Amino acid sequence: MDFRIYKYMGCFDENSQIMDHFLHPRNVGKIDDADAVGHVGNPTCGDIMDFYIKVKDGKITDAKFLTYGCAAAIASTSVLTELVKGKTITEALVISNKKIKEVLGEMPTHKYHCTVLAEQALKAAIEDYQKKNGQKE
Amino acid sequence: MARKAMNKAREEIASFIKAEPEEIIFTSGGTESDNLVLKGLFYSLKISRSHFIVSRIEHHAVLETCKFLEKQGAEIFYSPVDEHGLIDLSRLEKEIKNETVLISVMHANNEIGTIQPIKEIGEIVRRERERRKKEGINFPIYFHTDAVQTFGHIPIDVNDLSVDMLSASAHKLYGPKGVGLLFLKKGIKIESLVHGGEHERGRRASTENIPGIVGFAKAVELADKEMDKEIKRLSGLRDYLIEKILKSVKESRLNGQPKTRLANNVNVSIKGIEGESMLIDLDRFGIACSTGSACSSATLEPSHVLMAIGLGPELAHSSLRFTLGRWTQKRDLDYTVQKLIFVVERLRNISPLKIKN
Repeated sequence: MDFRIYKYMGCFDENSQIMDHFLHPRNVGKIDDADAVGHVGNPTCGDIMDFYIKVKDGKITDAKFLTYGCAAAIASTSVLTELVKGKTITEALVISNKKIKEVLGEMPTHKYHCTVLAEQALKAAIEDYQKKNGQKE
Repeated sequence: MARKAMNKAREEIASFIKAEPEEIIFTSGGTESDNLVLKGLFYSLKISRSHFIVSRIEHHAVLETCKFLEKQGAEIFYSPVDEHGLIDLSRLEKEIKNETVLISVMHANNEIGTIQPIKEIGEIVRRERERRKKEGINFPIYFHTDAVQTFGHIPIDVNDLSVDMLSASAHKLYGPKGVGLLFLKKGIKIESLVHGGEHERGRRASTENIPGIVGFAKAVELADKEMDKEIKRLSGLRDYLIEKILKSVKESRLNGQPKTRLANNVNVSIKGIEGESMLIDLDRFGIACSTGSACSSATLEPSHVLMAIGLGPELAHSSLRFTLGRWTQKRDLDYTVQKLIFVVERLRNISPLKIKN
């Protein structure tokens, strides 16, 4: 499309969760000794997410992320780190993009895919964990 | 009284581009003018397959209309541009056929600011007319330019540019929104898109937007007065901003022609960061810009202009356009760069794409 004059301040409320997580993202970075990593997206599509988790006794004890993408993509992964911490792998597996959307609040429909990608990043991380630990589930 | 005001406005605006008053058709804006040219010509022709040549970096007002006309049986050639967005003249000339009825190339691009060699294209059209005359081909060929970005910003003389049609919009020169014009050279017949009364010599029915038209003329009067001074002032500021960004932001690049470029346009790509996130971050500091990133469009497609100059999706996603205006001062640019550096650093820290140091 054309170069669009930005009008999102009207779309994402300044006090919304989406702006809060975009401007103050939680758990940014890499976990050097992560137990698993989920890597989704590519530069061509405009979003890349790296999602790191630490797992102890079947529980996710830490989660961090690095995201290349728009505000909604960054906010989605930020929210996700908070959602998964303390959850068991089984509990984490049922966290869907709906849950992320619920936390972030209202957003334009063309931003839904950011929450979907975040869910895929988590699923990829869990898959990586299960592969490394010989579990199928 | 209203008619008098409109006539006066028409005369003033016509003389601003060295046209005749009856060659000016007032419309609702640039989009309608572009539609009127393309569809109006298509429907006025009695041949089944007319051929149009347009550049790949035209505004959507032209490109989407072309897509529509393709469905109606028209044949369109989308002419390529080089890495700076300049049209390939020899390729364009090669694509002209006996059925080519219109060449439409914008005067300057709204995204990357590149100014096209309009006079040279006018010359190509003139040569083609001579060829047709010599070979007894009794089929017209016209040249249209979408001058929405340049009208009131660069001196325009329709005779000097050798254009047959030209679109402009008032709000791009600080006039009211909802009013524009089409310059249509005397003697060219086009079908009206809006049928009804005899307004605009039967080429656009509908009661005239008198306040808009009068406001348009006022904006032209002011632009005429300020233009030369503003070109100098803004191009100085533009070059200052470009240099400062390229120097202080690692892995940044300028998009568009560096020299033959709109005085108010700065378009850069900043590697490793998505454009919309930069834009939202800059917005909180009161800096308004735009991006060619797919993320900011409902269709999730990156800018067709940036793709046409060969940028690739990654750099297109990372683009930002800053537009300077009549009230932009050097200190605003210093502030912008200062905040941009902050935003870039913050977002690069969140990004998994690492840049060279």
